[in-house]
Amino acid sequence: MTDDQALLEVRDLRAGYGVSRVLDGVSFRVAHEAVAIVGRNGMGKSTLCDTLVGLLRASGGEVVLRGERIDGLAPERVANSGIAYVPQGRRLFPSLTVDEHLAMLARRTRGKRWTPDAVYELFPRLAERKKHGGADLSGGEQQMLAVGRALLLNAHVIVMDEPSEGLAPTIVDVLVDAVHHLVDQGVAVLVVEQNLRAAVRMAHRQLVMVSGRLEAEFAGDELLARPDLQHRYLGVGGHELEGEYR
Amino acid sequence: MEPVGIDQHRPSTTTARSRRVEPRRLPVLVAAAAAVALAVWVTFLADGTPAGPATENPGKFVVTALDAVTFAGLLFVAASGFTLIFGLMRTVNMAHGSLFLLAAYIAIRVQEAMVGRSRNIDPADVAVLDWLVPLLVGAGVAAALGLVIQQVFLQWNEGQELRQALMTLAITVVLADQMLREFGGLAQRMVWPGAVTHFLSVMGERYAVTRLFMLGVAVLVGVLLWLWLTRTSMGMVIRAGVDDRQMVRALGINIRLVFAITFFVGSFLAGVGGVLGASFAGAAPGTDGSWLLNALVVVIIGGLGSLKGAAAGSLLYGAVVAFSPAYLPSQYSYYAIIMTFALLALVLAVRPYGLFGRPA
Repeated sequence: MTDDQALLEVRDLRAGYGVSRVLDGVSFRVAHEAVAIVGRNGMGKSTLCDTLVGLLRASGGEVVLRGERIDGLAPERVANSGIAYVPQGRRLFPSLTVDEHLAMLARRTRGKRWTPDAVYELFPRLAERKKHGGADLSGGEQQMLAVGRALLLNAHVIVMDEPSEGLAPTIVDVLVDAVHHLVDQGVAVLVVEQNLRAAVRMAHRQLVMVSGRLEAEFAGDELLARPDLQHRYLGVGGHELEGEYR
Repeated sequence: MEPVGIDQHRPSTTTARSRRVEPRRLPVLVAAAAAVALAVWVTFLADGTPAGPATENPGKFVVTALDAVTFAGLLFVAASGFTLIFGLMRTVNMAHGSLFLLAAYIAIRVQEAMVGRSRNIDPADVAVLDWLVPLLVGAGVAAALGLVIQQVFLQWNEGQELRQALMTLAITVVLADQMLREFGGLAQRMVWPGAVTHFLSVMGERYAVTRLFMLGVAVLVGVLLWLWLTRTSMGMVIRAGVDDRQMVRALGINIRLVFAITFFVGSFLAGVGGVLGASFAGAAPGTDGSWLLNALVVVIIGGLGSLKGAAAGSLLYGAVVAFSPAYLPSQYSYYAIIMTFALLALVLAVRPYGLFGRPA
């Protein structure tokens, strides 16, 4: 990866709530690729996502998207400058149907790569449930809708917070395929995961977050094959791998 | 540990569903028993009341029911804007009643200018346009003033509900004094167009067509509002914003613009309600406060922020307002107003957030 290829660059990012500091100097780069951030609960992963998309104001550091600083911008301006967000817990709108989730953003997608029709093509299951309310969907369908909604921004970078949370393995497969497809289409994906196996399958590069800092970087299956490192960075032993981190 | 504060803004679909408050059993039984008892009373037993039992005097019953529905129409127009603004912005707009009264006064002035007389206007001289144009002017002024209030005072205090409520309350006091100075302290009336000021015969009772016309306007407003909220992308954005404002922003939508448009429309609706109200019952100092109260009662019954709730709340409140003076024993008619509060207490006992309300 060379400098001119970096789509998203984060330098020494700091953020927190009131006096409690959660992000303590986070730096990394994302090119046209998928990058995963893994770590235990409470290490600041979701705070990082919220700060990147502008829902939480950074107290220091820089976020640079395609050469322009976007830290400090309001969330809508961050989104329009090219970062789409798939938040933890999906955060769909219970009052809207599947189709309305996409239709409310349809106007700005005209002539772009991702339109509601393109989303239905990517996730045919959603097309079958157009008229259903967001709350009537299965967890997997909800996640597809959350991803589809984010795609309509036609962003350069998509930030996904715990996309595999609570999903059946077959649905995670669909999600992994979707992430690869997006990267092929030139979209960078930053995925935050507790599920190490899903993270490894989605992203070749994995950054480990510990107490608001990025402590290590791994590539490919390296971390998956090293229970000792998992224990050190993620606080899980090999025996737990078959459980929570399946 | 992850700070818990962040989860406050995360109504995921699953939690939003489970947070729906289940009705408690005892209050439901009490409410059902009360409803059955009232129905039996009205149908068979209501001797010695102004209306008499419905089986003996069906005409009175039908007229009372029509009164309920037509008054509900007016309530709905007044409350829909209030609930729309609250639903999206969590702003309790205490100036809603002032916008209602201001639109009424302005419409009356415009109508006087159009007809060319300032007192004792004969409905026969009022063409439909002489009513419709003042309506649009009055409501337009209310909408513009509402937008100014939102832009100048409220937008800087986003998310500070108490401060916003107090500011709009202060605006109400200022506007009330200014309106008293400008329009005087006497009750004034907007005149219905001549085309609708006659009477129908309903099962032997005379019934004013103006009330049905008022209901028609209310239904039209309701249908347009519903189409706007369900068929346009702006409407979808507003409904999404009611669910989760921050997520709407993260989708690249300028929520400030949406807020401004919503406040404009909500204030316009207050104005339409004001003009209807001035045609129906007149406008005077104090009308602002009583209609703020009416709007509050409707949305508390129906659930703050829900259009369906505003419709249901209007119907229930309208029914109580129309039926209690007609079907209370004559010597107790004076206590009809208490029934409103009984309704409020009963609904809140069954559903503490109102019929269609969700915890904020």
